[in-house]
Amino acid sequence: MTAPTTTGTARPPFPFSAIVAQEEMKLALLAAAVDSSIGGVLVIGDRGTGKSTGVRALAALLPKMRVVTGCPYRCAPDRVAGLCAICQGGPGTGKNKEAPPKSHLADVAVVDLPLGATEDRVAGALDLERALSEGVKAFEPGLLARANRGFLYIDEVNLLEDHLVDLLLDVAASGENIVEREGISIRHPARFVLVGSGNPEEGELRPQLLDRFGLAVEVQTPADIAARVEVVRRRDDFDRDPVAFCQRWEPAEAKLRRQIVAARQRLALVQTPDSALHRAAQLCTKLGTDGLRGELTLIRAARAIAALENVSQVGDAQLRRVAPIALRHRLRRDPLDETGSTARIERALAETFDS
Amino acid sequence: MIIPDLGDITGEPDGSEPWSDALTAAAVFAIDPRGVGGVRLRSAAGPIRDAWFEKLREFLDSDAPLRKVPCQVADARLLGGLDLAATLRAGRPVVETGLLAASDGGILAVQMAERLPPASGALIAAAMDEGAVHLERDGFSLRLLARIAVVLCDEGIEADEQPAAALLDRVGFWIDLSAVTWRQVQAAEAWGALRAAHLQQARAQFASVTVPAPVGEALCAACAALGIDSLRVPLLALRVARAAAALDGLVEVGSVHAAFAARLVIAPRARVLPMPVADDSQAQSDAQQTPEPPEGVQQAAPPEPPPDQDEGEETGAAKEPLAEMVLAAAKAALPPDLLAQLSAGVIRRGAGGSAGRTGLAIRSKRRGRPVGTRRGELRGGARLHVLETLRAAAPWQKLRRHAGPSSPGRRRIEVRREDFRVVRFRQRSQTTVIFLVDASGSAAMHRLAEAKGAVELFLADCYVRRDQVALIAFGGRGAELLLPPTRSLARARRCLAGIPGGGGTPVAAGLRCAAAVADTVRRRGDIPLVVMLTDGKANIALNGDGGRARAGDDAMATARVLRGQRLRSLLVDFSPRPQETAQRLAQELGANYLALPHAHAASLADAVRVACREPG
Repeated sequence: MTAPTTTGTARPPFPFSAIVAQEEMKLALLAAAVDSSIGGVLVIGDRGTGKSTGVRALAALLPKMRVVTGCPYRCAPDRVAGLCAICQGGPGTGKNKEAPPKSHLADVAVVDLPLGATEDRVAGALDLERALSEGVKAFEPGLLARANRGFLYIDEVNLLEDHLVDLLLDVAASGENIVEREGISIRHPARFVLVGSGNPEEGELRPQLLDRFGLAVEVQTPADIAARVEVVRRRDDFDRDPVAFCQRWEPAEAKLRRQIVAARQRLALVQTPDSALHRAAQLCTKLGTDGLRGELTLIRAARAIAALENVSQVGDAQLRRVAPIALRHRLRRDPLDETGSTARIERALAETFDS
Repeated sequence: MIIPDLGDITGEPDGSEPWSDALTAAAVFAIDPRGVGGVRLRSAAGPIRDAWFEKLREFLDSDAPLRKVPCQVADARLLGGLDLAATLRAGRPVVETGLLAASDGGILAVQMAERLPPASGALIAAAMDEGAVHLERDGFSLRLLARIAVVLCDEGIEADEQPAAALLDRVGFWIDLSAVTWRQVQAAEAWGALRAAHLQQARAQFASVTVPAPVGEALCAACAALGIDSLRVPLLALRVARAAAALDGLVEVGSVHAAFAARLVIAPRARVLPMPVADDSQAQSDAQQTPEPPEGVQQAAPPEPPPDQDEGEETGAAKEPLAEMVLAAAKAALPPDLLAQLSAGVIRRGAGGSAGRTGLAIRSKRRGRPVGTRRGELRGGARLHVLETLRAAAPWQKLRRHAGPSSPGRRRIEVRREDFRVVRFRQRSQTTVIFLVDASGSAAMHRLAEAKGAVELFLADCYVRRDQVALIAFGGRGAELLLPPTRSLARARRCLAGIPGGGGTPVAAGLRCAAAVADTVRRRGDIPLVVMLTDGKANIALNGDGGRARAGDDAMATARVLRGQRLRSLLVDFSPRPQETAQRLAQELGANYLALPHAHAASLADAVRVACREPG
């Protein structure tokens, strides 16, 4: 399909390591990069606090991954389960089941789900061009297919249209996209880390969608002026010459990238002692979080942080650090409790760990 | 002030004269439209605004598009999509460029921007950030360049009629033309003559203008002092200062340019009155002592030279006056009614104002104003949108003729179920009145009877307005939701038949229950209105214990929380003589206080009707 004004390369994203302050957001995004089973990150906060900047910066930081060559869903060559129909060697694909498929290294996809996207492009639909010109019924994969094994990013997630939210809820839970439309019936893997950002003042998220995010981060403008000045200065430098700016930060980026790779390898080796599990359960009971997902996320995130920091087992230190971001959005709403959820967690943390 | 002879032309020695500021802003904006982001032009439609646009047109690069966008623009027009006619003619999908991509390299002028829905605002904001449009629609997956800047023509009159926050945060200049007179406009007529060659030169020079570090610090400090949290604001101010310096033909930003930015970018957004200067210089020297960012960013070798270390004390001495000067410039330009607005809470609310409005409009299948279409079934009274349905069916015609089971030639156009597009409507939300009735003590029976009467009277005409009613009674040890929100008169009568009365007065528990109900109502998209009937004399605390002091404290504290949630409320005092406690409670609640010593159902229902009609 040719368009009148397609563009060349986009400008590089702002480097992750050049982001000033916002430690909580960086922690959450790195944890999600280390262990994708944590289940995504929601970044909420006021305008102009660098929400989108942080998420987009993560894209450039992620190490490459191995994908099956020619697979539209970017399947992993070494995993038997969760492959798409083509890679599993369905009838008529001519694939030899024994031989490992050809593969190559590719960038991890960080797919933008822009506001105003239509359902056919999100889920995938009939290939219009081929339908019109050749009269052939072919499936054109959508954004969910592109995001498989990567990240799906929704800016202004609270403004997303309801029918798209429904679609996402379904796919995010099952890891599989089922398309039944326009005479097409297809299913393909769609496992992605859901990342959303938004400003709560413009409408609240549905609790079901909130629950799909593993971690929730609140960002605020740094209070001290020195940090603010630094943010403005770096951003201005970047805007004036993005390429040179990124080059200057590349060593730091490379270092962080190595840290992520190392953490992913260490992840399986990190021990989770019973005492830590017990602590997590205690904390969740105290806070009255719904369901077990909170505890699970808490433990997984703590493990990812331990791996990042090269600690051999999950301890109180990690749990304390991730508890606010893992549990904040799971507290039952009390319209009259003036204290924000963060303060409630702090209180429970103090009670659990200091006693 | 920026163009030296401007003062001579307008005959106005004061550089803050609004029209010359507006024109200078237009020129600065024209030098770096993308960097400045845009202009919020608060003004009624009329010749003055037209004159401003004429000047902007003159200042802009001659081939930069300047397009008007109506506030009710459809997503499909903003983003683009399938061009139906061309697609059918060509036999392959042809993309239709939307307004955002069509304005690449130019400026979008949003008409009546205060009416632009937040969702449309977010689309424009995303294009401004990216300099491109991600088109994921109608089978297209494209990235189209859209390096745009915007002018928000803001005709809002009330303080809470504001353009979408996402856009306001991204436009540099906030300009108000309401004080400009036509005489000033005519007097400055010659000003445009300076432009063409001069602006060309400024545009060429712009990239090499440097910003001394103290300028950035002063702008950040000014933002902090005025309670502006968004970090986009100092950044925009910095770019405005840079473009202003280029307009003056300088290679370095000077203090006048910083002051100009403070006046037109920072001051109009002030959210608090600045503290005394001593504090600011304190903050400044703090900034000086710790120029390094906090830990975590330092793990990398800092690629930039740490600021100012070589210049040391000298700069410090010079910087303080600059910071003061910038803040003074901002202060001098603060809106005159800022103090009044702050005390009225308008500005705080302004931040979340659009939120309220978003929540208030709900989508309905059948009623209200049509807002676009969506795929859907013709069920539950949904209305078919014929044109959109045909548009959806059109691309598939060839394919369906090939494969379809229907005999060819019988039907001209094959429309299938998945093509159906139904009209979406948006409906103004309804009010749910929550009666919170004091059912304690001796007066209980009387009060309850009148409240019940009022509920019935109110419900009797609610079919006209589609409003709902709920009733909570508090007495004894706690509160109880006797009638969940309903508009059914029969159900209300049944529920209200046997209300218990007597016992203590747990005001706090009652308020708590009301807040919970109000929250549910709000989440459904309706507007809650709490009508409280009490004398305010609490004697049961939240934990169920007796004792006036504790109970009173609990009641007041709970009331404050409710006020924080901006719940509209009305407190009706039934006592024979107006009670001070009730008045205090109303104050804490932010409620309207109404003393109705010998209230009966009819007068109460009238009062509630009036309260319903008041704008929230």
